[in-house]
This record gives sequence, structure tokens and C-alpha cells, in this order.
Amino acid sequence: MKRFFTSNRDLTQRLGFSLLTLMTLLTVIPIIGVVIYILVQGAPAISWEFITGFPRSGMRAGGILPAIIGTFYLTLGTAIFSVPLGVAAAVYLSEYAPENRLTRLIRLAIINLAGIPSVVYGLFGLGLFVLFLKFGTSVLSASLTLSIMTLPVIISTAEEALRAVPQSFRTVSISLGATRWQTIRRIVLPQALPGILTGVILGLERAAGETAPILFTGAAFFLPRLPNSPFDATMALPYHLFVISTQVPEMPIQIQYGTALVLLTFVLGMNLIATYVRSRARAKRQW
Amino acid sequence: MKKSLTWQEYVITRLIKVSGYSAIVFVALIFFFLLREGLPTLGEVSLGDLFSIRWYPIEDYFGILPLLTGSLIVTVGAGLIAVPFGIGTAIYIAEIAPRWARNILKPLVELLGGLPSVVLGFLGILVLSPILRQWLDLPTGLTAFTGSLLLGGIAIPTVVSIAEDALDAVPKAYRDAALALGATHWQTIWRVTLPAARSGVLTAVMLGVGRAIGETMTVMMVTGNAPVMALTPGSLFSPVRTMTATIAAEMGEVANGSVHYHVLFFIGMVLFLISLGVNVAASTVVFRQKKRAERILS
Repeated sequence: MKRFFTSNRDLTQRLGFSLLTLMTLLTVIPIIGVVIYILVQGAPAISWEFITGFPRSGMRAGGILPAIIGTFYLTLGTAIFSVPLGVAAAVYLSEYAPENRLTRLIRLAIINLAGIPSVVYGLFGLGLFVLFLKFGTSVLSASLTLSIMTLPVIISTAEEALRAVPQSFRTVSISLGATRWQTIRRIVLPQALPGILTGVILGLERAAGETAPILFTGAAFFLPRLPNSPFDATMALPYHLFVISTQVPEMPIQIQYGTALVLLTFVLGMNLIATYVRSRARAKRQW
Repeated sequence: MKKSLTWQEYVITRLIKVSGYSAIVFVALIFFFLLREGLPTLGEVSLGDLFSIRWYPIEDYFGILPLLTGSLIVTVGAGLIAVPFGIGTAIYIAEIAPRWARNILKPLVELLGGLPSVVLGFLGILVLSPILRQWLDLPTGLTAFTGSLLLGGIAIPTVVSIAEDALDAVPKAYRDAALALGATHWQTIWRVTLPAARSGVLTAVMLGVGRAIGETMTVMMVTGNAPVMALTPGSLFSPVRTMTATIAAEMGEVANGSVHYHVLFFIGMVLFLISLGVNVAASTVVFRQKKRAERILS
């Protein structure tokens, strides 16, 4: 009887583990599948002309340079606004903030920012930057909108990185006569830099791949030239992919896959860099 | 020298403090602008018309119920996929997988979180929907179900990473105690670790579902964009239109300040309030659990 029970338990365990393994595989295999499929389908479209040329004949031929450059500008613009603000906010939360109601409210606000649907950011950007501040549909409006969306990612990962720096580092620095800011600048920030960088890249990766927030704030359906100033609208890779896969009839399938591949490379490249920075920092860390 | 330093430090500290408050300012600003552009709706469209079943803006029918039910059915479908698979994967990664598998699986799931939703929508149109149409013998492959499948995939990374953190945070002593009492690994997971991580897992589910409600591009591309009421389970296999997709699809074409424009902002306001509710609820759960844990451990 006892034996029976034991084997029954073991059987349950084996069944349970198999089920969980199966679920994990069903989750993971499609991810790999998606990446490989886009790679295989998109690779034939990639050529020098595709990367560096302008779209021709109603986007059905030629290259996607304006979309690539546009996404680059938008990512850069997002970084300019969100990195200093996000890192400063993280420094505040990790080094200055007292444990009180207000700080809890800040944390709640960050969680909420992270949860707001991307299209609502688009509406907000339209209301504030495009119409109220009169920046128009432009790189500037879109970057600002994306910055606010990226902020929670940067704040929370940077704060985590700052908090991981051992307290003793700060104590020693202060006891040697350094001020609080000197301690943060010379000791805490350099130690937390890899972690902060990882968070920044992951945040920007998200911004680079987003479409909804730039729909009404800066993305252009088609532009025969590159944006000249921050007040110009721009093409962007994710929006371009949306346009050519839904709005343009008789679009050659190869260009669609090619665009998807370039976007994926852009985004996953950033992801890989982030993973690399993180693992290298972990290996080198002395504490 | 000393003086200039303190002055500099004063300014920098101020700047950091202001940045710290920025999140609150932005949430408030977002809400303010949604209200500013969305509230006029209530003066232009009567509540009865707003909560009616016909969305046809060209002829001034602004009933948002089809969009609400569309969002609901797609989200429920996505939740039914993301919750079991997300939690299952989280348990596997946190409790069962050997170290090397863990080191591969975690970045892979993160990778899924990083895939742009427009890429998934694109594949949904070209690959998934033709397959579904054939397999399920439907008139069109662009249905709520297609949206649910993809949205489930989009919500999974959120569920996995939060649930896995929660499982990881369960003290090792709990597991050791259960194993020492003769429980199998499986029983330990099921009866000890998972219940101990309950609140974190619940948070994971809520945030995952929140992610699904707010997703825009994928659903706009694959759910067929038909603003019809979706009340029966059968509507899962017909085209629907979500709130997010409606805003994204129509905002580009409306005149600023028109009724249609205000209604779209009103829908944005509803979405904002839903995500606010989900996130506040999720963080209250965590907060409560923390207090309870502190009580038990003290």
C-alpha cells in the first residue's frame, strides 16, 4: 500500500513536470520560430539599395532609408529626454527619498505610467505636444511622447541598479569627507553604471519598436526626404511596416518581410547589447 | 571652493528631487489632457447614445459598447492563454529548470517582451490568420481569436517575469522544510511555494491582463476591425474591434475638436482609468502581502 502511494506521488510529479515542460516549450518555441521565420523570409530582400535607398513607385520598390533614419532619430530623441530625467529620478528614489506617503505615491505613479496603454500615450502626445504646445506632428513631439512612455522602465531598472551598490561603499565615502552628491557621482553611479545602461537600452528598445504613440504625434505615411529639423515629421520602421502590411495594396511581400527583418534587427540588436552589458558586469563585479 | 561646491550641490540636489517627482506630474498631466479633450463628449453625446450598441461615427452613432465588448472578449481570450502558460513557464523556470536551461529561457522570454507588437501583427496577418481560417473553416482569419492568441503571447513575458520574481522571493527554508517532511518536489511547489508566492502571482496575472487590454497595433491588424457587439463565445471567431484599435485607426482622420475627436479621447480616458484601476489594485495586493509577511516574520 505504501509503495503504491509513493509511486503514485512520483507519477503525479512526473506528469506535472512534463506538463510544465511542455507549456514552457510551447511558450518558447514560437518565439524562436518568429525570429527565424522573419530572418529566412526577410533575408532575400536585404540589399545595399534596400538599406540606403529611398522608397520608389508608391513604396512598392526601392529602399527604406527614411524609415531607418527616422527610427534612429526617434530613439536618439527619446534618449535625450528620458535618460537624464529617468536616471535622476532613480537617484532620488534610491539615495534621497524618505520612506513616506509621497514616496509611495511616486512609486504608484511609476507603476501606473508603465501600465498606461501605448495608444493613450499617443493621445496625450497629440493633446499636449502637438496641439497645446504647437510642436506639430514632428520628431520632437514623438520623441517627447516616447520619452514619457520609456521613463518608468528606465527609473525602475536604474533604481534597482543603484540599490544593489552595497551600503558600505556610501558609508566609507561619506566618512572620508565626501559630500552626498560627491558620493553619488564618484562612487554610486559608476558602480551602478552597467545596470543603468541595461535599463536604458531596454527602455529605448521598447521605444524604437512602438507604433501607437507615434501614430498621431510624428509618424509620416511617406516622405521623399529625411527630416531636416526636430519639427519635421518622419517615417519610422514600425509605422512603415504597419503601413505597407495593411494600407498599401499589392505590396510585394518581400519588401514587407525585409522591413520586418530590419526592425527586428534594430530592436533585438539593442536587446543583445543589453544582455551582454549585464552579463559582463555581473562577471566583473567585485561585490 | 568649498562654498561653490555647496552651492552646486544645492542646485543638483534640487534638480534630482524635481526629477523624482516627475512621474507624478506626468500621470497627472496625462489624466488632465485626457479629461480636457475627452469630457466635452458628455455635453455633445447623451449618455444613452454613448452606451448604445452602434458605432458608426460617419453618421454620428457613437455607441462604445461594441468596442468595450470587443476589448473584453479579446482580453479574456488572451488571459486564458497567458495566465496558464505564463505561470507554468514561471514555475518551470524558477523551480524545475536546471541552471543552464534557466540561463537560456529567461533571456528568451524577455526577447518575446521586446518583439515590437507591429511585427507580431504583421505575422498575424500573413501567417497565423490564413492558417486559422483553414483549420477552423472560417470566412475570415481576422477574428477576436487570432487577436487573443497573439495578445496572449504579448502578455506572457509580463506574467512570467513577475510570477518568477515572486516564486524566487519565497525563502528557501520553506522548500527545505517541505522536502524534509517528505513532500515530493511537485507537492512542495504546489502546496508550499506557489501558495507562498500567491500575491506576486496574482499581481503577475493582473499586470499581464492589463498589458493585454492596452495593446494596440497587434489587435488593430488582426482582429478584423468590425465594431459589432461581441456577447457570445461564438463572437470569438468573428471580427471585432477593440477600444485601442478604434482610437489608433480613427484618430488620424478626425478633425481636431469635432465630436468624433472628443469621443476618441473619451475612450482613451476609459482605457486610462481601467489601467489605473488594474495597477492600483495590483500594487495594493503586493503592499498588503508585504505587511502580512512582516507581521509573520517579526
